[in-house]
Amino acid sequence: MSFKHKHLLGIAPLSAEEIMLILETADSFKEVSGREIKKVPALRGKTVVNLFFEPSTRTRTSFELAAKRLSADVINFSPSNSSVVKGETLLDTARNIEAMQADIIVLRHPAAGAAETLARGVKSSVINAGDGWHEHPTQALLDLYTLREKKRNFNGLRVAIVGDVAHSRVARSNILALTKVGADVRVVGPRTMMPCGIERLGVRLYDKLDEGLRGVDVIMMLRLQLERQGRALFPTIREYSRLYGLTSERLKLAEAGALVMHPGPINRGVEIAPDVADSFSSVILDQVTNGVAIRMGILYLLSGTN
Amino acid sequence: MVDPGRVNGPADVLIENGKIVAVGPKLKAPANATVIDATGRVVMPGFIDLHVHFREPGFEYKETIQSGTAAAAAGGFTSVCCMPNTSPVNDNQSITEFILEKARTAGNANVFPIGAITKGSEGKELAEIGDLRRAGCVAISDDGLPVMNSLVMRRAMEYAIAFDVPVVDHCEDLHLSEGGCMNEGFVSTQLGLPGMPAAAEDVMVARNLALAELTGARLHLAHLSTAGSVRMVRDAKARGIKVTAEACPHHFMLTEEACCGYNTHAKMNPPLRTGTDVQAIKDGLRDGTIDVIATDHAPHATQEKQQEFAAAPNGIVGLETAWPLTLTLVEEGVLSLEEAVAKLTTEPAKAFSLKKGTLAPGADADVAITDLQEGWEVDPARFRSKSRNTPFAGWKVKGRITTTIVGGRVVYETT
Repeated sequence: MSFKHKHLLGIAPLSAEEIMLILETADSFKEVSGREIKKVPALRGKTVVNLFFEPSTRTRTSFELAAKRLSADVINFSPSNSSVVKGETLLDTARNIEAMQADIIVLRHPAAGAAETLARGVKSSVINAGDGWHEHPTQALLDLYTLREKKRNFNGLRVAIVGDVAHSRVARSNILALTKVGADVRVVGPRTMMPCGIERLGVRLYDKLDEGLRGVDVIMMLRLQLERQGRALFPTIREYSRLYGLTSERLKLAEAGALVMHPGPINRGVEIAPDVADSFSSVILDQVTNGVAIRMGILYLLSGTN
Repeated sequence: MVDPGRVNGPADVLIENGKIVAVGPKLKAPANATVIDATGRVVMPGFIDLHVHFREPGFEYKETIQSGTAAAAAGGFTSVCCMPNTSPVNDNQSITEFILEKARTAGNANVFPIGAITKGSEGKELAEIGDLRRAGCVAISDDGLPVMNSLVMRRAMEYAIAFDVPVVDHCEDLHLSEGGCMNEGFVSTQLGLPGMPAAAEDVMVARNLALAELTGARLHLAHLSTAGSVRMVRDAKARGIKVTAEACPHHFMLTEEACCGYNTHAKMNPPLRTGTDVQAIKDGLRDGTIDVIATDHAPHATQEKQQEFAAAPNGIVGLETAWPLTLTLVEEGVLSLEEAVAKLTTEPAKAFSLKKGTLAPGADADVAITDLQEGWEVDPARFRSKSRNTPFAGWKVKGRITTTIVGGRVVYETT
């Protein structure tokens, strides 16, 4: 099958088959990253612009590396040193970038829907690298890729997503992706961190971590956004950590061999105990490695539909 | 002719010197009179909109009193009440006089300013409500910046009694709605947008009703959007509290689903709600809990609405689409034609004590004539308003205003 989308705006528009196609495409590119010369000419002559309106090291570097390994020309554009501070709108900024013949724009933006707004206004392909609380599709895809390496089969796989689901684009994209491929997803956290009607996305809601962890195959810990303390989502980091932090004790409630994932960056000792983060179960660094392969796969698929 | 409570059937109207002189069958036109043949059409009192934003002074690039009243005339509205959230805020006599002077020059519609409740609409100190009233304000409101301090609101209500002006509130608990840009619900969860719960409106409706009961003041609730609000107002009216309420066409035409795709033309405050709320608004209109249909006409420039959803300003233009949208309620059997006309004429006149909204002999000759059957497509490029921000672009609607008369003068006619 071929990939019919011009943009990657989220997981929501993708079918399960398309998700699997992206994972399979990434397989071939993962091999490239293991070579001595980590480069293929697939995107030679193409221009990829990383347009990041939010600070990000991991995702931006991952996209940059992915584009470079495909031989594309890469420009990094971040608003702190640009005309955005002079009041230029997102659309005008993007049109200017497009006028430089960008083929693919990778957008990270604090506003939900920014990627969709951008895609409507420009001719380039747009990849959503995180928009507000909405979606972070490449993160979900690399998580699925990592799970597929370790667990082989998604069907019936029991996954607990723990933490601030309401304000997490990673959680939204993962819920959509995992339920599409047949996993059994639960979300765990205080109600202050659960968005309205979350069960309608096909997940079960758990208030208590111990109950939520029982029998799961995979635990995805979300990053606690520490700046949200004092905004009445949770009283103190201390209490949050006690109630929803993953410890090696609690890990025993899950299935033997359960995987622990985290989109990073980690707050050690807050949502995840240091020994758990470093333990055998943790695949957190595999996630980072696979991120490059997934992004290569997506850049490749989108460049083909241009 | 449909003149709610008075005439519902064929009739002629004689207008002389800006006043209605006679209404009845087969009136004889005096020599030299201009005759408008409205055969097959419906003659109504000119509509009254209790809730518009004309942006002047301060934001003339969005709308001026000239362009806003032209839009009003094109929509059949002959009287509009403009909210005080201009820059500077209409919190003193000189701004009120400025607005009235601009309206006189424009000459397209009667403009009744609404004064601010508090100085600068900051919610702290009362504006000079007596002065505002004397200068021509017909109501007071801090619309868009609701008075959060309940004591200030209580004092405003008590103080307003001496001037017999209604206190108008945009009911929103700003703490509950903080950061929100659409209804809080499953759609906001899907879109990843911060939501404003229905409760943010409900708690303020409850507070305002309690204060109206406490003070005995006249309370008018702007743009109800939730089932909870409708329920509480219904109960308050049954208990004799002096409250009137309005609803906007978008709140009975659209649900939160319209926000999908980050459509900024579906971004307004109060936000579009759920199907249950839409049904409750219709039920409220049907049983009279909601007295008035108002537009909350809120013009914004195209580039402002072409931003990311969260960054785009709230509101849509409404004057030029209100009538056909209201007629859908007649089509659905929610309202009779006479009731629909009443929500745009006699009821708003009563709510704000305006000597308007009737074609009784002696009244100002403010008239709207409509062809109920004429279908047309909403094309924002043809709006008289300066702004184009409507979610109804491209809609095929039925019912067109063909003539609008203000003070005996034809201010709008379809060509």
